[in-house]
Amino acid sequence: MATAFQKFIHAPLTDLGKFALLTFETLHSLFTIRPSFRHYLYQLHFIGVKSQAVVLVTGAFTGMVLCAQTYVQFHKVNMDTATGAVVSVAMCSELGPVITALMVAGRVGAAMAAELGTMKVTEQIDALRTLAAHPVDYLVVPRFLATITSLPLLTIISIFVGIGASYLVGTLLLGIDSAYYYHNLLVYTLPTDVFIGLIKAFIFGGIIATVSCYKGLSCDQGAEGVGRATTEAVVYSSISLLIINFFLTLTLTRVFDTSLR
Amino acid sequence: MIVIEGLHKSFDSHSVLKGVEFHIDRGDSAAIIGRSGCGKSVLLKLIIGLIRPDRGEVRIGGKIINDLSERELMTIRRKFGMVFQGAALFDSLTVAENIGFVLSREKTLTPGAISRKVDQALEMVELHGTRDKKPAELSGGMRKRVGLARALVYEPEIILYDEPTTGLDPVVADSIDKLIQKVSRQLEITSVAVTHDMRTAGRVGQKILMLHNGIIYIQGDADKLFKSTDPVVHRFVNGISDPKDATFKN
Repeated sequence: MATAFQKFIHAPLTDLGKFALLTFETLHSLFTIRPSFRHYLYQLHFIGVKSQAVVLVTGAFTGMVLCAQTYVQFHKVNMDTATGAVVSVAMCSELGPVITALMVAGRVGAAMAAELGTMKVTEQIDALRTLAAHPVDYLVVPRFLATITSLPLLTIISIFVGIGASYLVGTLLLGIDSAYYYHNLLVYTLPTDVFIGLIKAFIFGGIIATVSCYKGLSCDQGAEGVGRATTEAVVYSSISLLIINFFLTLTLTRVFDTSLR
Repeated sequence: MIVIEGLHKSFDSHSVLKGVEFHIDRGDSAAIIGRSGCGKSVLLKLIIGLIRPDRGEVRIGGKIINDLSERELMTIRRKFGMVFQGAALFDSLTVAENIGFVLSREKTLTPGAISRKVDQALEMVELHGTRDKKPAELSGGMRKRVGLARALVYEPEIILYDEPTTGLDPVVADSIDKLIQKVSRQLEITSVAVTHDMRTAGRVGQKILMLHNGIIYIQGDADKLFKSTDPVVHRFVNGISDPKDATFKN
């Protein structure tokens, strides 16, 4: 009984509390310390620049498959030209930020957790503390800042490429009239759709950075501990951002009233 | 300088320290000995505030550090230098960047002055021509020396060594022992070394404290410990096993 309580209630609650403390400490440090610009740029390059290829490919194919699938359904009711509008709105407010965040969680979240986890098991985190450097200030804040900056930018790339690829598939492959495709896309896509997508990307960036850094900093000893931390960072980031995406969609569509088209 | 009173520490249900008490005066060098897993490294981490005790007090320069927050501890830790068992050098930084880490962050010295201090520290630990190497390119002994240089460069008041010679061959271990002695002599730093190597303990510690069953079992100079007739002390200092110890229970 005591073991079950420890395993299913006490341990998850302790974990949640520690995660909340790390998040609070990170946000507090953001406003009270001046993070190293060099470290920020390094992380920006690693998280932003190096993720471009994967975001380009996933964004393009997501737009293409969405276009093909939407066209098949809309063709049945002779609404072929509405395909562009559906793809565009979906890419801007949902698929662009979510697919980009999932890709970044897989690539960057895993790397963050593995790097910090290895630093933990080789006592480098303890060494940082003995050298009067706070691990949150030195390690978490630059990663957090770089992720919340990179993700909206990567999302813009993903949206742009997704819509562009869907346009090519729709007009060249499926035979949709390009003028109508383009016209409907512009009429039905509002700036708020893009804005909602960027707000989501910003929040997803924060989730990926804090979850991955937390998993790295709290990893167990040994190679097994680092491996587990890496896996959990990706799984927990992905699940969290999918759940939070649902609530963000509900909230943001009401706040910006996107039904008025 | 360092006063430890009634220190208790447990991990889950395993009690590691059960009321450790000792003090180390300013400028003294002490060696803490004991069998593997007896809590020596835990004690060292408690002294520098990396972990918190369940009960008891750690006083550094008269100030109790148990209840200080992590940020308050950062000021106290500026008094310390610590050399880790595996050196714990930052993989992503070069030797020079590792050594100059604290000075670069404090921004009180110019890059030129930091570079000169790094060179002096490298000279002190007899490691020339390695400043641009990455830790992965160094041998175990060299890494320990860089770790020592990193701990010395900002002139701490206290230096802590966690198993300074573990995993090194006897010749390199001897050179590290001599280096620690040289540092203590030249810089007059208070030092605490944790080791299970009696030769190292005898060389680097004016005072030796033996940790056994969660308490300081005996303390005194090397002579006192080597001449002790207490079976626990006698067996440890002479490296004699006991059939009852086969499971290595403490």
